[in-house]
Amino acid sequence: MIVVAVPVKDLVNAKRRLMPVLTPEERTALARAMLRDVLRALRGAALDAVWVVTRDTEVRALAQASRSVGSPQIRNRGTLGGNLGTASPAGDTLPVLAVHDAEVLLAAAGGRARVLRWNEFQTGVKRTAIAPDELIIGARWRVLLGPQSFSKVGTRSAMVISVASLCLALDPVERQVRVALGSVAPTVIRAPDAEALAAEALARAGAWDEPAAPPPDGTAEAFAERVAAAATPIDDVRGTARYRRRAVEVLARRALSWAIDERADEALVS
Amino acid sequence: MLIRVNVNGDSREVDVWPGASLLSVLREELNLPGSKNACEQGECGSCSVWLDGDLVCSCLVLAAQAHEREVRTIESLAEGEGLHPVQEAFLEAGAVQCGFCTPGLVVAVTDLLQRDPSPDELTVREALSGNLCRCTGYQKIFEAVSLAAQRKREGVW
Repeated sequence: MIVVAVPVKDLVNAKRRLMPVLTPEERTALARAMLRDVLRALRGAALDAVWVVTRDTEVRALAQASRSVGSPQIRNRGTLGGNLGTASPAGDTLPVLAVHDAEVLLAAAGGRARVLRWNEFQTGVKRTAIAPDELIIGARWRVLLGPQSFSKVGTRSAMVISVASLCLALDPVERQVRVALGSVAPTVIRAPDAEALAAEALARAGAWDEPAAPPPDGTAEAFAERVAAAATPIDDVRGTARYRRRAVEVLARRALSWAIDERADEALVS
Repeated sequence: MLIRVNVNGDSREVDVWPGASLLSVLREELNLPGSKNACEQGECGSCSVWLDGDLVCSCLVLAAQAHEREVRTIESLAEGEGLHPVQEAFLEAGAVQCGFCTPGLVVAVTDLLQRDPSPDELTVREALSGNLCRCTGYQKIFEAVSLAAQRKREGVW
């Protein structure tokens, strides 16, 4: 088995020798472009796997969600494509794709290819828009540079199908708060009303310009209430609708609080 | 379709149905019934094997996907009549009741201890989260892991 491991520093700390001439954003973009070139070159090589090893937080929610899937045996075989194809409302990586507004890449024999947004791809419980002759090639999204997290509630801490799951990410560039929910509707969903409320609260507090500025008391609670209102869960063997709505509310409150605290901490450090 | 697989160090050629699982080919075609067939959906871990060194459920791997790759099964652990130290530890700790989950657990424990000879309890629980036992209730299994880990640290294996 031939594997290439690519170590990648935190992108923001890459290319520090160029600090006098490039802004942090430019250095991050340069490091990302170089990584993309490396990965593109490796894609042409006859390798069994490519491992990108990084502490960079751009893919943290995806790493957290992937880490929570099934057991070691399942994780050793599982892929993002498998999660997409199964299209379970409880698919652990799907809220991460939804938060990033990911696109799913499909290809068919004869070179036909098309791109679907995550919510065009998943059409219902275990239903997708994939045609019988199509394969999932991958997924792509614009990276979000703010804090992000994935969390889920289940009956055990391993080998568990989530009763409710949630991915939250801040996008300081577009000044958005993004949140996606799993296991509380026929497909993974976003909660736009909650997103708007939180983004506005952060804007009013000036927190997009000054990360340490605290949003008004009760912001996380009001956000969580709107997240719960977006959910349309069912009763089933894993949990009742009422429990699920409450669970997703708690996850939402925690996730927004973590993200706000993380931005404030970063501001203190820098 | 004809596939070529290295199984426990031997190169084997076998004609398989394209939809056949690695587990069924190991058991039915290659005379290696140590990996057990229980849930057939990756829940129970009774069929755990190594595929190119990675712990996997052989019920969730197509035999065709093992073409030109290396598979190691529970049968590779014991040498001759002597048991592997992990098997010995299971025996001594009384971590075997009906025995059906045992091969998968022994493979998963060996996989863990090869990577980490001093796992804490949470690490052990996480590493064995994909292996179900419906008889013993795991306590004796954890005792067997401690015993095997101690011997690993002492250099017995």
